[in-house]
Amino acid sequence: MRQLSAKPWFRRRRVGLGWRPATWQGWAVTVAAVATAVVAVELLRRSPARVPVVILVIALYAIVALATGGAADGAATAETPAEPEVETPAPEPARPRTARPRRPLPTGPAALSVERLTKRFGERTAVDDVSFEVTAGEVFGFLGPNGAGKTTTVRMLGTLIAPSSGSAAVAGVPLRPENGVEIRRRISVMPENPGLYARLTVNENLEFFAGLYGLEQPRARIAASLDSVNLLARADDLCGDLSKGLRQRVALARALLADPAVLFLDEPTSGLDPLATREVHELIDRLRDSGVTVFLTTHRLEEAERLCDRVAILNTSLRTVGRPDELRDRLFTKALLVRTAQPLQAPEQVFAVPGVDDWRRDGDSYALTVSDAKLAAPEVTRALVAAGADVLSLAEARHSLEDVYLELVDEDVEAAR
Amino acid sequence: MSGERIAAVIRKELRDFRRNRFLVGTMSLMPFVFLVSPMITLFRIPGSAPASLVDRAVGVTSLLLFVVPCVIPPVMAAYSVIGERDQGTLEPFLTTPIRREELLLGKALAVFAPSVVVAYAIYFVFALSIRFGAAHVVWAAVWHTPQMLAQLGFTPLIAVWAIWVGIAMSVRARDVRVAQQLATLASLPALGITTLLTFQVITPSVPLALGIGGALLVVDVVAWRAVSRLFDRERLISGARRRGGTGAAQPS
Repeated sequence: MRQLSAKPWFRRRRVGLGWRPATWQGWAVTVAAVATAVVAVELLRRSPARVPVVILVIALYAIVALATGGAADGAATAETPAEPEVETPAPEPARPRTARPRRPLPTGPAALSVERLTKRFGERTAVDDVSFEVTAGEVFGFLGPNGAGKTTTVRMLGTLIAPSSGSAAVAGVPLRPENGVEIRRRISVMPENPGLYARLTVNENLEFFAGLYGLEQPRARIAASLDSVNLLARADDLCGDLSKGLRQRVALARALLADPAVLFLDEPTSGLDPLATREVHELIDRLRDSGVTVFLTTHRLEEAERLCDRVAILNTSLRTVGRPDELRDRLFTKALLVRTAQPLQAPEQVFAVPGVDDWRRDGDSYALTVSDAKLAAPEVTRALVAAGADVLSLAEARHSLEDVYLELVDEDVEAAR
Repeated sequence: MSGERIAAVIRKELRDFRRNRFLVGTMSLMPFVFLVSPMITLFRIPGSAPASLVDRAVGVTSLLLFVVPCVIPPVMAAYSVIGERDQGTLEPFLTTPIRREELLLGKALAVFAPSVVVAYAIYFVFALSIRFGAAHVVWAAVWHTPQMLAQLGFTPLIAVWAIWVGIAMSVRARDVRVAQQLATLASLPALGITTLLTFQVITPSVPLALGIGGALLVVDVVAWRAVSRLFDRERLISGARRRGGTGAAQPS
């Protein structure tokens, strides 16, 4: 079912006089007009006294044609402003790849409390015995490979599907059948697919959701939501005419509309250009500052590292939960990487300093296992200088969240073999 | 039940219908299909025609007019839920505080309004045309009070029945076209009683029309409750039926 065309129904003939149908509506009106004329002539031929009936039939035809035209015009008007989409090629935002300075974890009541949650679809277990807590005001990242159960978990917490076992509390409300409406009143879910009504404008889409949430002053709320994702200027565009990125932003505006206590975002930056991605990141930062709990499902590990206070890695069962740097420390030994211009004469003597637990040669560099890099680095530097080594570099080996993720997911792959 | 949420659903559905090319086309062509042909037939009947011929022709026409509330609503209603799932709008919709009864009532009323308006418009134009253009014996048969009462009273009741059948199919089917075909077929039995009435197998009378109308109303209310029970968010979202569980939120 496609939208009505914005094209005029009839076009002036290039050759000769008159008009010709240009769209299916034009053809339908023409055929109907001919049929009406035939009926009218037939009726008049049989009895001239039937003039009022003929007038009635023609009037009916006119009403139907006008009504149809009116509907088409309405849609056409709405479609008209669809100017060509300008996807501004934006440079990759100049941001450090590493996480921002750590902010203290929010303290307070749990916005989400999940206890041994399990979901089975027949014989298949989608989510197995998952437990975690998310503090109010926290940005919580939920990571995992495809089919790990992330969306199923979000759907359970969003009251769309019922857990097979386990319990949870969402925004302080226990996850029970009778609490479905109350929970949904306090949360917003932005699924990966924006799910907008293509034949409605951006404004009309949000108006619909404002009505479902029973918002007061919906116009002001809609304007504020659109403003927060920089879409005020596109409010009257049909959603079907928007690019994927813009649709994603409309979906985000829709999720913000009801001022939720917990916001579930499923891949919010999927399909967005770098500039729009940065805007979404800044928006999530602002949401956190205003105390909104954000449950972020993402495949972008650098995004999770940058935005999330804590992350959970799920692969049907929960593999780990923690701050990104804690997870690194938990999974990887700390190491110093030393590069010298020439191989050391007696490395075993050089690295026999306090704080260095072990060492190994790795090509033209040395990897030192340490218990605390900050304490060991000065000792190692002094030892290298004392040994007369030409030091090219000395740095702490850093593992990214991606390393943590791959380590855990690879373990599962190995275990499955 | 929140009137505001129901109104929001109705507003959205009507906007969506208005911009749906298929629907606008069907709605605008329907009057020609259902009006012009029976009118020509009835206009051709001379004033001296036997009563049996007139009754048969008027009966066929009345039956044809009853097909409108039987055919338009289930096609629209069958799209209402599965159509949302197909275009990916169902999940965000279901994560709002709307209850399933509100959702279904909003969807049903949004289909009811245009269907009944079209059906009544066709009937009024038909009745007036016959009154002023057809032979006396014909218009006397059409302007028969119990017949008119049945036509006016049964049209919305048949439409409501057809809507619930359509929504029931929409809630359970996995494909829009299958839902629409099944819904149209399943709503046709409602024509049975009206067929008996229009062909005067059951002699139409005011008490009978009111009685059948009351029975249809009860059936409509029962259908609403039954369809509400059929509505399973989990099945709609994940395609799987809920089994067992701890009773955690499978929402209202």
